[in-house]
Amino acid sequence: MRFETSAAPHVIAGFSVPRVMFQVLLGLLPVVAVQLTLLGPGVLLQLLVAGPVALLCEALALRARGRDAGPFLRDGSVLVTAALLAVSVPPLLPWWLTALGAAVAVLLGKHVYGGLGYNPFNPAMVGYAVLLVSFPLEMTQWPTPLGQSQSDWTDLAHLAWQSFLSGPAAGGPDWDAYTGATALDALRTGLGQRYTMEEIFAGPAFASISGSGAQWINVAALLGGLYLLARRIISWHIPVAVLAGMAIPSALMHLVDPGAHAPATFHLLSGATMLGAFFIATDPVSAATSDHGRLVYGAGIGLITWLIRVWGGYPDGMAFAVLLMNLAAPLLDRYTVSRIHGHPRR
Amino acid sequence: MAARNRFPAGLELPPHKALALQHGIQPAPEPARAFVAMDQGSGHAATPAIAVGERVRIGTRIARATHANGTPVSSPVAGTVVSIEEHETASPAGRGLCIVVDNDGSGVVDPACEPLCWESMPPYEVLARIQDAGIAGLGGAAFPAAAKLGAGRAHEVTHLVLNGAECEPWICCDEALMRERAADVLLGARVMLHASGASHCTIAVEDDKPEAIAALRAAATDPRMQITAIGTVYPAGAERQLLHAVTGMEIPHREHPPTVGLLCQNVGTAAAVARLVTTGEPAIRRIVTVTGSGVGRPANLDARIGTPLAELAVACGGYQRDPRRLIAGGTMTGRALETDEVPLTLAVMCVVAATAADLAVRGAEMPCIRCGDCARVCPAGLLPQQLHRALLAGDEPLLERHGLVDCIECGCCDYVCPSRIPLTARFQRARAASSLRHEERLRAAHLRARFERHERRMAEAAEAERRAFEDARRRARSERGG
Repeated sequence: MRFETSAAPHVIAGFSVPRVMFQVLLGLLPVVAVQLTLLGPGVLLQLLVAGPVALLCEALALRARGRDAGPFLRDGSVLVTAALLAVSVPPLLPWWLTALGAAVAVLLGKHVYGGLGYNPFNPAMVGYAVLLVSFPLEMTQWPTPLGQSQSDWTDLAHLAWQSFLSGPAAGGPDWDAYTGATALDALRTGLGQRYTMEEIFAGPAFASISGSGAQWINVAALLGGLYLLARRIISWHIPVAVLAGMAIPSALMHLVDPGAHAPATFHLLSGATMLGAFFIATDPVSAATSDHGRLVYGAGIGLITWLIRVWGGYPDGMAFAVLLMNLAAPLLDRYTVSRIHGHPRR
Repeated sequence: MAARNRFPAGLELPPHKALALQHGIQPAPEPARAFVAMDQGSGHAATPAIAVGERVRIGTRIARATHANGTPVSSPVAGTVVSIEEHETASPAGRGLCIVVDNDGSGVVDPACEPLCWESMPPYEVLARIQDAGIAGLGGAAFPAAAKLGAGRAHEVTHLVLNGAECEPWICCDEALMRERAADVLLGARVMLHASGASHCTIAVEDDKPEAIAALRAAATDPRMQITAIGTVYPAGAERQLLHAVTGMEIPHREHPPTVGLLCQNVGTAAAVARLVTTGEPAIRRIVTVTGSGVGRPANLDARIGTPLAELAVACGGYQRDPRRLIAGGTMTGRALETDEVPLTLAVMCVVAATAADLAVRGAEMPCIRCGDCARVCPAGLLPQQLHRALLAGDEPLLERHGLVDCIECGCCDYVCPSRIPLTARFQRARAASSLRHEERLRAAHLRARFERHERRMAEAAEAERRAFEDARRRARSERGG
């Protein structure tokens, strides 16, 4: 009797790229849910623009590169890029900016380098950074979370829809009533105007720790991240290193000068910290690969984010920190090669 | 001793062993016609030492070893040599020279097969008898047992480790052996201690085989023997990983265990040595697991070398459920055979008739997303993704730096790769190519050295001639002058 031949091994685990990407999308659900509840339906509009635009750009780029689009469109990585961008940008962003960000992410962040697996930078953060430096006003307009203003959910829905279709100018007289500084913004402005930390933290943007919007979004991202850890989609090295890289210097500086430096808890639950630590910095393609390298890589992201927040020109620094450490990843890979069995310790 | 009883990384795999273990070892019917491969799996074929038409008995030497890492071959049946021909085999090449013996069914044993009074024999003589009997590693490599034991003696090793890990899915011939013939394993270990000069022996068994461990412990009377349970992690049975798990020591890069005082043999090999000293029987049989969802009654068979695998399948109830692949070995490292018309050799531990349900659908290969899962499971501590990158770039120095030669081809990286990249097969090919290049370089260096030696000799000869000529002229001149 004759049989088919094939190289060993003859069995493999069930993991595949599409399944990994699907799990990442599942992990993002809590973040979407919290944004939806506290900041209105804007996040859904962002997802509805970013997803299709990213898919379209992926298909066009694959076609232009003469590749079979099928398996790559189905692998889900482009949807993860789109989703990360959509939950990172303010929910009030007009649709053309979201579309631009998604197109930049997929075309300039991914396909100019050779597509899946070859991009040196995190595509979503390339898109985000281009939007942030080009449209700083639109990119820092966050709706005031429910409970911190007079608005209710229908007001936020109306606002999101208007702004989505026609930009912030169309927000009209309600605009200032419904949008406000985030806690990171307020901290930066307050410190610039020489207010003390107590005075700043007594301000309207600071419900409990870091403002009810940011802190619950961060808690949601932490939950989603723990899910990814539990499903072994990501390893602990990068998230733990990011959080430690941010918590240790901020706690030290708060201890030294509590009047000028916010506590570590504030930084951990502000801006894009948890989203960045668990979902963005953990993108394996653009991160360092060895466990040691990943610890250094993550710590660098946490530290640089904190530095930008405290001394930089932007209220949050996660996107820039990720891009900077992406640049360092090849070097980290070179210097953190693990010891091979039977070789002397280096 | 800092035994940690496990090595870093590796995989936990579904064992698939219970089916074949439920009935104990069964004798397989003798083949009516035995195809005795000259290469029993070591890669170094023996040379036939018998003519077509000659009569042989069970245990008659029919081929001699012509390579230091090869073994002589004995006839597994009594009868007549009907041909010496190329035949399909389970070797990587798929074909090889076989001596075909028609079995007359008489079962007459060659009178040269006599028990050994090994305790009163000097070790070198025991080694010579083991080599002459053709006993080779039954753990899959079929490396001559005597050569390994001899290397151990030369390096004055102290610690013999018997490999009873049997980590790969489906394979359970060693487990059946340890459960039912523990005394053979222990006797073989004593002979091996005598032959190698080692002072003590550890029999290492994965901790998911409690019956085997209990049987060995019950049979162990010699205080030099220790039975150690090690963690059930694939590939615990790989030599370097096993020795690391048992002793906490790593075998240095490009070295062999004897250089650090260790010696490793398979438990099946020890049992074969025991059979040699008690009955005089050379390596003419082995226990082979015949299993998979594609055979009717999976079992461990005590089968003669040279039996076609098709007959072993018949002995196990024949095929069922349309087996797609016939794997010699386990599903992680085994070779998919083209046909079941290949004879059993010493290297074939297991035959898996795998149905579609036993196999993985690989799907299309995707680009590497650098997830690092491969590095996390690699028992050799390599970075398979970096190796693969270097491979695609054709960067030889980088391949060297990332340790291509240290790859043990266990398949762990393949198993976990979400992009379904056939890493092991690619590394295997690259290793073969690089060792070829290495050999070519060696041969080129050898040829160059020979050429340079020749040139030097020629130059020296010319110089000597010139000097002799000058001397002669000077002498002639002085004579004339005088």
